[in-house]
Order: sequence, then structure tokens, then C-alpha cells
Amino acid sequence: MTDVSAPATPPFRLSMLVYDRRYRSMTFQVIVFVLVMAFGWWLVNNTIQNLQALGKDFNFGFLFQRAGYDLPQTPIPYTSDDTHLRAAIIGLMNTVIVSILGCIAATIVGVVVGVARLSNNWLFARLMTVYVEIFRNIPLLLWILIIYALFTEILPAPSAYRGEDPAWSMVLFDNVALTNRYTSIPALGLTNDPGSLELGARVSVSWALIAFMVVLIGGWMVRTALHKRAQQIQDATGQRPTTWWQTLAVMTVPSLFLIWFFGLHLLPPELKGFNFSGGMNVDNSFVVLWLALTLYTGAFIAEIVRAGILAVSKGQSEAAFALGLRPRRTMNLVILPQALRVIIPPLISQFLNLTKNSSLAIAVGYMDLRGTLGGTTLNQTGRELEAMVLMMAIYLALSLIISAGMNVFNSRVKLKER
Amino acid sequence: MSEIHAETVAFVRETMLPAEAPPAREAGAVKWLRENLFSGPVNTLLTLLGLGIIWFLVSHFWDWFAHSVWSANSLSECRQIIAETWGEGARGACFAVIRERWNQYVYGFYPSDLYWRPTLVFGLLFVALAPVLFSESRSLRRLILGLTTAVTLILLVALGTPVLWLIFAAAVTIGASVIAERHPLYLLIFSALYPLLGVWLLWGGSIWGVIMVLVGFGLGWGAWLVAARVSPMLSAVAAALVAMIWWIGFAGAAASDAQNLIPLGITPVDSDQFGGFLLSITIGVAGIALSLPLGIVLALARRSDMFLVTSLAVMFIEFIRGVPLITLLFVASLLLNYFLPPGTNFDIILRVIIMVTLFAAAYMAEVIRGGLAALPKGQYEAADALGLDYWKAQRLIILPQALKISIPGIVSTFIGMFKDTTLVTFVGLYDPLKSMSDAVRASTSWKGIYWEPYIFVGVIFFLICFGMSRYSMYLERRLARDHR
Repeated sequence: MTDVSAPATPPFRLSMLVYDRRYRSMTFQVIVFVLVMAFGWWLVNNTIQNLQALGKDFNFGFLFQRAGYDLPQTPIPYTSDDTHLRAAIIGLMNTVIVSILGCIAATIVGVVVGVARLSNNWLFARLMTVYVEIFRNIPLLLWILIIYALFTEILPAPSAYRGEDPAWSMVLFDNVALTNRYTSIPALGLTNDPGSLELGARVSVSWALIAFMVVLIGGWMVRTALHKRAQQIQDATGQRPTTWWQTLAVMTVPSLFLIWFFGLHLLPPELKGFNFSGGMNVDNSFVVLWLALTLYTGAFIAEIVRAGILAVSKGQSEAAFALGLRPRRTMNLVILPQALRVIIPPLISQFLNLTKNSSLAIAVGYMDLRGTLGGTTLNQTGRELEAMVLMMAIYLALSLIISAGMNVFNSRVKLKER
Repeated sequence: MSEIHAETVAFVRETMLPAEAPPAREAGAVKWLRENLFSGPVNTLLTLLGLGIIWFLVSHFWDWFAHSVWSANSLSECRQIIAETWGEGARGACFAVIRERWNQYVYGFYPSDLYWRPTLVFGLLFVALAPVLFSESRSLRRLILGLTTAVTLILLVALGTPVLWLIFAAAVTIGASVIAERHPLYLLIFSALYPLLGVWLLWGGSIWGVIMVLVGFGLGWGAWLVAARVSPMLSAVAAALVAMIWWIGFAGAAASDAQNLIPLGITPVDSDQFGGFLLSITIGVAGIALSLPLGIVLALARRSDMFLVTSLAVMFIEFIRGVPLITLLFVASLLLNYFLPPGTNFDIILRVIIMVTLFAAAYMAEVIRGGLAALPKGQYEAADALGLDYWKAQRLIILPQALKISIPGIVSTFIGMFKDTTLVTFVGLYDPLKSMSDAVRASTSWKGIYWEPYIFVGVIFFLICFGMSRYSMYLERRLARDHR
């Protein structure tokens, strides 16, 4: 046994800050920190000087001033006497509405097209390939402009629907009227209106809507409980009790009862004078943006779905068939869980892209967050710095919320590795 | 038994029958149709649906397309020609607008006697890219360089290029083709000089500015050599510092002094004269060239073990990815003046390029980070075992493999960025898609023309983006080192 003593620690020398790996990263981080701080201070200092030179200050008081401009589409009541803050909130709601509806529709388009591209049908698969390639390789702005031009240039004014022998007629069994300014769709009417719940600030929610939400969420919870119980019985006895009719009943019967109870019915649009009324007139700026976002993002999602399905090896479905699973169960239990694992992460980023791309509303004049807070409000008050900072913060928060929510979903379908 | 049998059988064939032709439904086109279009009720329905879609598109657009007019001076003249040729009430496309406004779509408001400059820059782009993009295949490089030489020279002659520049263009393109045969790597020197040459040719002005930038690189190199004798670690810092000090402190004054002494330069062109595809391609190429290195740096920073560096990279990437590009462009046009020292006012195209680069770099960083993460850990350990330091390991072992894995992602980021260059219309630049089409429509002769400009611009974008995605597939196949 030789005596192994710890090597004498060399005395610290200044050059070790550069040459010794233990200290080098510390040195580097300190330098980076100082540089970043200096850069930040330089920016802040410049901003303060520039604001002083312009005689401006940095405060968000303008949000509580009178907005003084009208908005074409407002999910909550709004007049030009309301504040800029309310206008900004309506803009945010419009962004969220078009994003959510766009995500839903794009997912449907994407799944259908992605599966169709894999179909055995030569012609249909080729057609879908053409759709995907054309939409993926041409800027979204062009699609927005083209669809906008289609709506404004080809569709007629509401007056074309007038007269004994009108030049245009409504589509979808006389339920939807397409005009060059708005798209008129049926509204929902109630015969037994239960009134609405006032939330303050002139925002109200219909009791009927609340009842439907409660019933749907309750139904979903009961369904989950039923499935859990069925699973327990299957684990214990090997026999899975039939649950489909219970599930169906739980999910539909209460809703059907509510529809009957409130007397829910469709109010189709009717031409009165020069405009349609009775139904809901959706501004074309919204329809155009929604359609363009749906078709554009749908093409990307189609590729994601296709890649996800192709990523599941053929042996998996063959093994499932060999075990005697029927095609539907093979899809639900074997293929989808594995494909979803590949599909979901890129799908999240497509949803994020769609939300961010909704800011192209500027091209059609849809009043989203950028149109209100970052557009008219900014121009009227001249508060570029505050409005832009606030707008970017809201978009950032929106993106983070979406990706957080989808990441929770992703972690549920992810492969559980131990 | 067999005897009886032999007696009762009247005839036994002794030769083989020739093979029958397969039944008509099991061969040729019929079989293909049955298998691919009508294999079942659902399949048949899909085929009919597909045929319906095609019929709808053809019946609505074929007439319009077939009746297109390619030479006219205004929309009304176009309509008149269509009415005369195809009868009253016939619809037809008026692609004459593209013919008439071609220059505007391609060059924007660039002075028309200087059109040769962007054309030359565009031609030289392929010479600069040849050693980078087409290094793997000699025949492809030959084809690209040959085509570039021929097309560029013909176009330059047609555009009335000054003789001196024509000789320069011929020397560079033909010289590059010759050098590429023997020493393709020498072309990289031209690729390195190309950005400066391109910027100078596009914006014009004194050549001394370009020379002074080059002098900065030279000084930096000198500082590197000197400092390397003292310590290899300090050489990079010294080089960067010396070059920075030169560029910030002295280059501007030196350039203007030299210009006063010996005026050498070409006509300057303002940024607001840029437009059309010239603008899109300038922003796109600059953004692509700058965002890749920045993206690599960001990706490495995000994966580094230094806490501060990692968190700064995460904050930057997540911020950029969390906001729409449009808001960043508005920051460039509205807010940048607040952040810079009072009185600074720099070029709007440069600001937009910076923003587009930062935007693309954040996405690029995530793509490359994916590539880095996908690399087996053994590669990192092998690099360490060989005793390579961090940068050598990254340069020689990690990055070549990681970048190869991330090619599809990188190229799709490029494509996305190139498509996003159309958004510059919202900060007042003349992109080919919206601003230029609006400008064309604003003239009395082309008022009310919608589809033809959109289709034209869309087709060009499609060709470029589709070309890029095909190239990435080709590159993936070329670089595949595994045997399948």
C-alpha cells in the first residue's frame, strides 16, 4: 500500500479563470451577465431619453379613456363610449374565437385529408396530395386575400336574393345566405327563455347555456365513471359489461330533454328590406380569416396525421388482428394511442401557429387583438410602446397557455417509460 | 382397373396447352382501375367524389383559363379582345397584366437603367451557393453553374449592362465554372465575399464602405495571429474586439475620407425603391443566411450546462416563438427608434431583416436542438474520449450529424420564413403579393384585376418553396450514410 495523499491544491492564480475548466464557465457566465445587463441598461436608457425628447411617459392610463371607435363584431356589448380596455378585451375575445374555431376545423380537415392521402383510392389520394402541396407552399396571406376576393367580388349583395325569381338563392336547405358583406347563418331561439345571469360590466350568460354546459360536463363525468367501473369489472372477471347504450343515454338524453324543455330551435335568416335578419349575420372578415386559417393549417395537420399513422409499424395492426381484435378496437386500442404520441407534439405547434397567424386579420379588417389594441387604439392614443408591450405580453401569455394545456394532454398519451 | 380406364377415356392430350390470356378484368388497365379506383363501394364513392371535384374545377375555370389574353395594355382592352374573340359575355383571364407589369413585380421601383444590378446579384447567388448546396454532385454543380452562366450573361446583355460589368460577370461565372471542375472548395472564397458584393451592388454607393468592412476582417485576422502566440484562448476575443473597434470607431470615417480622396462608386439606390420579388428574395436570402448560424448558437446555448446561458436562451426563444411575426415587424417599424440612441435612424429593410432573422433563428434553434437531442449519447462521449475540446467536438463530430438529422426541419423553417416575407407589406414595404398588386390595381388601366396577379405571385412562391422542399429531400438522400 502506497500512501496516496491528495495532490496539493495549487494556489489560485488569475489565469485559472480562463484555463481551468472549473472556473472557466463561471468566468464566461459573469461576462455574459455583465454584457446582457449593459445591453439592457443601454436599451432602457435610450428609451427613457427618447420618451423624454418626445415629451411622453410610460403609463397605461390610456386604457381607461374613451375608445371612440366602433367594432363590427362584439361577443360582449360594446359601444364607442366604452374604454380602450374593453375594446382590447373584445379584440382578445375575437382572436380567441377565431383561433378556437380554426383549430377545431383545421383538425377535422387535417385528419380527413391525412387519412385520405393514405387511402387506396389512387385518384382521391392524388387530389389530396395536390391540395396539401399547394396550400403548404403558398403564403397564408395569399390565401386570405384570394378568399377575401372570392367573397367580395363573386358573391352578390343581399339584394340579389330579392324578388320573385332571385339571381341567388340560399344554400344548405335555405339556411345559409352568402353575401358580399356578411354570411347569414341560422340563430338559436328559445321558446321558454329562462333569462340570463348578469356577470356585471354588461356581460351576461344565458341560463340555458349554463344548463347545457352543466349537463354536458355532468354527462361526461358519468361516462368516465361508467367506463372506470366497466374496466374494474373487466379486470376482476375478464368480462367487460356492455356500456355503449348507457354512455349514449348519459350523453344525449339530458341534452335532448333540455332542448325540449327550453324549446330550442333554429331561426333561419330572412330577407327583410335590404338585409337579412332573424338569423345571425357573421361578418365576412371573420368567415374569410377562419376559412383561410382552416385550409392552410389543415394542410399542415394532414401531413402530421399522415406521418403519425405511417409511423405505426404494420406489425402492430397485424399483431392486433392476430389477437382477434376487431378493426375498430384495433384502431382505438393499438394504432391510435401510438399514432397520437407522434402526432400531438407537432399538432401543438400547429395550433400555436394558427393562433399567431390569426393576427393576419389585419389583411381583411377583422378586429382581433392586433386590430383593436395594436391598431386603432395605438393610432388614436399614440402610445406605441405601451400598446405593443401589452399586446406582445398577451400573445405570449396566450401561446404559453395553449402549449401548457396541450402539454398536459400530451403527457397523458405519452409512452410511459419506466 | 387401369385397363378399363384406358378403354373408356376417348382422348388424352399429349402436349401442353399454351397459356391462356388472363381474363380481361384481371389484367392491364381494367385490373388497375378495379384495384385502385373501384375496389369497393367506399372506394367507388371516393372516385366519384374526386371526379366531381375535378369536374367542378375544370368546368368553372377552364373557360376562363383557355380564353386568357397575354398582350394588352389595360383591363378594358383585355375584355374587348376576349369579347371579340370568344363572343359577348365570355369570361377570360387577363394575364397581360403580368407581361405589362413584369418589371414592377420583379424589381419594384428600382431604377430601370440599373435592372442589371439585381439581375447580376441574383445570378451570382447561384455561383455563391454552388459550393455550399451542390458540393455532393459534380454533374449537378456543372449543370447549375452552366445554366447560371448562360442565363445571367444573356439577361445582362439584354438589360444593357455596362461593358465593364459584363466582363466582370463573364469572368466570375465562367471562372467559377472552370475552378469548380478542379478545386470546388476555392469557390467558398467567392461565397464568403458574396454578401458584401451583393449588398454593394443592390444598394450601390461608394465601394470604400465595402473595402473598409473587409479591412476590419483583415485587422481581426491579424489580431488573431498576434494573440494566438500569447494564448489561443485570447485570440478569438482579440480578433472580435479589434474588428469591432475598427468597424464602430474608424471604418465610417475612413470610408468617407477615401471616397473624398478617390471617388469610386456606383449609383446609390434607396431602400424605398426596392419592391416585388427583389425585396422578397433579398429579405429571404439574408434571413436564411443569418438565421442558420444564429439558430445553431441559440441551440447550443440552450443545451449548455451553464445555467445563465441556458436560461437566457430559453427566454429569448420562447419569447420570439410566443408572439406573431407581425408584432415583431411592428416593433421594427414603430418601436426600434425608441430603443436606439436618439437621432439614429437606420434602414427599414435592414430592420425587417433583423426581425425576420431573429424570428426564424428561434424556430431554427428548436429544430437544431431536436437534432442535437436525437444524437446518441455515445457520440458526445466519444468526442470527449478523443480529448477534443467543446468547440472542436461540436464542429467535427456533433454538429455535422445533428444538422444532417435536422435538414427537413431546417428547410421547412426556411420555407416558412420565405413565405413570411410577404408580411412586410404591413410595415409599408412593397412585397409582391399585396402591396404590389394593390399598386397595380391603383392605376386606371388595371383597376379591378384581382385573380391574375394573385395567381402569378402564388405560382412563383409555389415554385420556389416546392423547389426548396424537393432539394431538401434530395439532400437527405445524398447525405444518408446508413445502408438501407
